[in-house]
Amino acid sequence: MSFNVESYFSDAAIGSPILYYKGNIDSDLINKVLDTVEGKLIKVKEHSKLRKKVYNVLVESLQNLYHHVDKVPPDFEDRISERFGILSINKVEKGYKIMTGNFIRTGDVARLEEKIRKINSSSHEEITELYKFILNHQRISSKGGGGLGLVDMARKTGNKLDYLFKEYDDDNSFFYLNVLVSEKN
Amino acid sequence: MEPIIIEGTPKTPTIKFDASQGVFEIKGRSIPENSVEFYKPLVDWLDLYKEAPLGKTVVNIKLEYFNTSSSKCILDVFKKLESIHKAKHDVEVNWYYEEDDEDMLEAGEDYESIIRVPFKMIEIVE
Repeated sequence: MSFNVESYFSDAAIGSPILYYKGNIDSDLINKVLDTVEGKLIKVKEHSKLRKKVYNVLVESLQNLYHHVDKVPPDFEDRISERFGILSINKVEKGYKIMTGNFIRTGDVARLEEKIRKINSSSHEEITELYKFILNHQRISSKGGGGLGLVDMARKTGNKLDYLFKEYDDDNSFFYLNVLVSEKN
Repeated sequence: MEPIIIEGTPKTPTIKFDASQGVFEIKGRSIPENSVEFYKPLVDWLDLYKEAPLGKTVVNIKLEYFNTSSSKCILDVFKKLESIHKAKHDVEVNWYYEEDDEDMLEAGEDYESIIRVPFKMIEIVE
């Protein structure tokens, strides 16, 4: 198996790294990442508006991983992590890039891709309406997600959700999500 | 009715729901992984309060951050307040946001457009 889950991260990583993590995503890890990144952004005196957007998108990114990652394939290098994910945050010229990666059943790829395409082809007003519709009509799923995370990221950043699916084997794929958080366009 | 007072944590807000004053406050950060677990007791408490509410109920929301799973729970809280308002009792929501936080203002406006209760948007100037 020549599949390297990190290769996309090194290819897509531009700017200066703020944080990189690979492994189990649990509640404690989420706390630590949020604390660390918030601390770093305060230290460099990042404008509070951008700092809050980064924090918000980071919360949704991490909790998307927490609620939605699928189990790793049986032959994967990391067999210990219950919820395996990768996260990186890079400072770029326009703001911050938040990238995540996680396994997804290949059978679920089409549905997720459809959702992202719909978000990416919507205007800001349409995204706001979509957000309110889901908020008001969809219940919290058994996985604990509200179905709003991706919509919220697109709404708060005003940017398209950059993504990629890579097939790991017949049953498993790896999902990369790459979001630019910038001052509103 | 016993008030609900919950100290805030890095992931959950400070809660002060005082039935004797009719003043309810949610303040701080609301970003727990399991928001239903946190908010269910509040929604249940409001179910009891709405049986015999005060003539006027004031709700102060002073959130710095909230995640999308909390957003649904906060809507559940507002829906209880809406039913109190429907039963001809005064209910007022004060939605506080920091001066440069357009996202928090927009979030308040989302609720204002869904819930039939008067909202006041209050900018906090530092």
